[in-house]
Amino acid sequence: MSRLIVASIGPASSVQDGGRHGAQRYGLTPSGAMDRLALAAANCLVGNALLAAAIEIGPFGAAFTARDGAVRVGLAGAPRSADIAGRAVVIDTSMTIADGETLTLGFARGAANGGTKAAAFSYLAIEGGIAGEAVFGSLAVNARAGLGSPYPRPLQAGDEFHVKAASGAAEWRIELPAAVSGPIRVVLGPQDDEFSDAFKTLFLDSEWKISATSDRMGYRLEGPVIRHLHGHNIVSDGTVDGSIQVPGNGAPIVLMPDRGTSGGYPKIATVITADFGRFAQIPAGTGFRFKAVSMTEAQAETRKFAELLRSLPDRLRGIESFDLNIEALHGANVAGSAVSAVDAETWHATPADVLTLD
Amino acid sequence: MAATLSPRLLPSGDSAITVEFSRNIDDAANQRVLALDRALQEAPIQGVTETVPTYRSLLVHYDPCQIDFVTLGEKLRAAAGRPVSSEAKTRRWRFPVAYGGENGIDLEDVAKTLGTTAEDVVRRHAAGQYRVAMIGFTPGWSYLSGLEKFLHMPRRHDPRLLTPPGTVAIGGVQTGIQCLAGPSGWHLLGRTPVRTYQLHRDPTFLLEPGDHVTLFAIDAKTFAEQDRAAEAGEIIAELIAA
Repeated sequence: MSRLIVASIGPASSVQDGGRHGAQRYGLTPSGAMDRLALAAANCLVGNALLAAAIEIGPFGAAFTARDGAVRVGLAGAPRSADIAGRAVVIDTSMTIADGETLTLGFARGAANGGTKAAAFSYLAIEGGIAGEAVFGSLAVNARAGLGSPYPRPLQAGDEFHVKAASGAAEWRIELPAAVSGPIRVVLGPQDDEFSDAFKTLFLDSEWKISATSDRMGYRLEGPVIRHLHGHNIVSDGTVDGSIQVPGNGAPIVLMPDRGTSGGYPKIATVITADFGRFAQIPAGTGFRFKAVSMTEAQAETRKFAELLRSLPDRLRGIESFDLNIEALHGANVAGSAVSAVDAETWHATPADVLTLD
Repeated sequence: MAATLSPRLLPSGDSAITVEFSRNIDDAANQRVLALDRALQEAPIQGVTETVPTYRSLLVHYDPCQIDFVTLGEKLRAAAGRPVSSEAKTRRWRFPVAYGGENGIDLEDVAKTLGTTAEDVVRRHAAGQYRVAMIGFTPGWSYLSGLEKFLHMPRRHDPRLLTPPGTVAIGGVQTGIQCLAGPSGWHLLGRTPVRTYQLHRDPTFLLEPGDHVTLFAIDAKTFAEQDRAAEAGEIIAELIAA
């Protein structure tokens, strides 16, 4: 048995997995990873079940130290600098942290210098998985409900995971499809009829930014004010990941995995499943647009996304064939570690609770 | 009459359908929501992963790799159109509530606003025959329908960021029991020691949508005792009929 110790970590970092399903009828939200593809890629690199629990790391830096033996991990998600005891390592690969060594991760590459690859969350999967007590089949942290294991709260320095000793298996990299850019696709509804055509058009034609007061419950959007036809109070109904609700102030909120299971504001549209992770990864302050697609297209994209997840094990490549200049890559990552101020503020702000309550 | 109309099928993204029976808080619509929910439990549709009843609609989560929007929509419409079987095995609960004082800090203000006494508000509220219309927002937060008209009042202008666990409150035309501490814009009348949600207890969730609930007043001392017992895992609520 080895231990992986959290030497340092920023806010918005917690254990997450595929989520806690089946109890939304009792008000229990699923939680789970913000970016399932990155979670699955990290797990795949170390041979875990694709949606097994891993460490979701927010936009800030983090460091993890191996004790009582080596620990093998897979790292995927946001581009950021990474090294083990000073030796540069690369995102989307597996790696082994020797006993006493520390894996150090820089800030996620933010809006300031990110381009299309900018992202907020990384996933660190541990070979053999995370030991914990599942509730409704999940270890995912839902801090408000006091759920999550081994720690029912965001991670803190000093936390430790008891993990399998590193197998010594060959390291892998995972070849993911090129990062998709372009608008975040949505299906209109369920309450798009609460908005005039003019405001629906404004919603779809405008550039939006993620507000610095966003969290795992909801991403608040900055852009034009969206007005309702009949006021902002509807009788509460059910929500999903990606529901875009418009409260009284006209500033839309996109509901994220820690959302309330029901909400009382009209929902103009819903982010499609295939684009949800990409949306969740947009750093605060980065401009983006929405695009409405048909249900047929959205469901075809969901099936393609499910196929992509299933294909991950076939996308593993031996690290020997990794033909690139690690030094150059590391240089690029270091440049990316200068996170913008707006990212740094994002995860300290007032929870979106107050804006989404009944 | 709402109960005979076909529900609206509203897309909630590519993996959920909102089956909407009414736009309002409407008892007949809520009955149909709960009936469809029951029907889907008794005769599951392949690909449906989870259902979430609310006041006026049933949110049906599904896997679009197994069934598409149009096919599922047709099946849901058919299921909603079938005659509702008589309300099978309704469970009836009695919950103790400590009204007023530090357990219900808005009781006096509510009485003043309604032009009556705190005793009258308690008497009326505790006399209600309530049904769990939905559970939502946070774990165990149970929305009860059946609040008498006299007690209807708008929510607070200023929602509170933190209200105590077990709070029994009124807001708009609704009353409810909130299990966990959290934000609320409702008027706080009292607290129940009953945990509608408690980890490591069997059952984790006490109430089901559709359950009937009545309330009775207890004093603050009894509340404190029962609260300790409930914390230890005891189910304080009485199940009068199953």
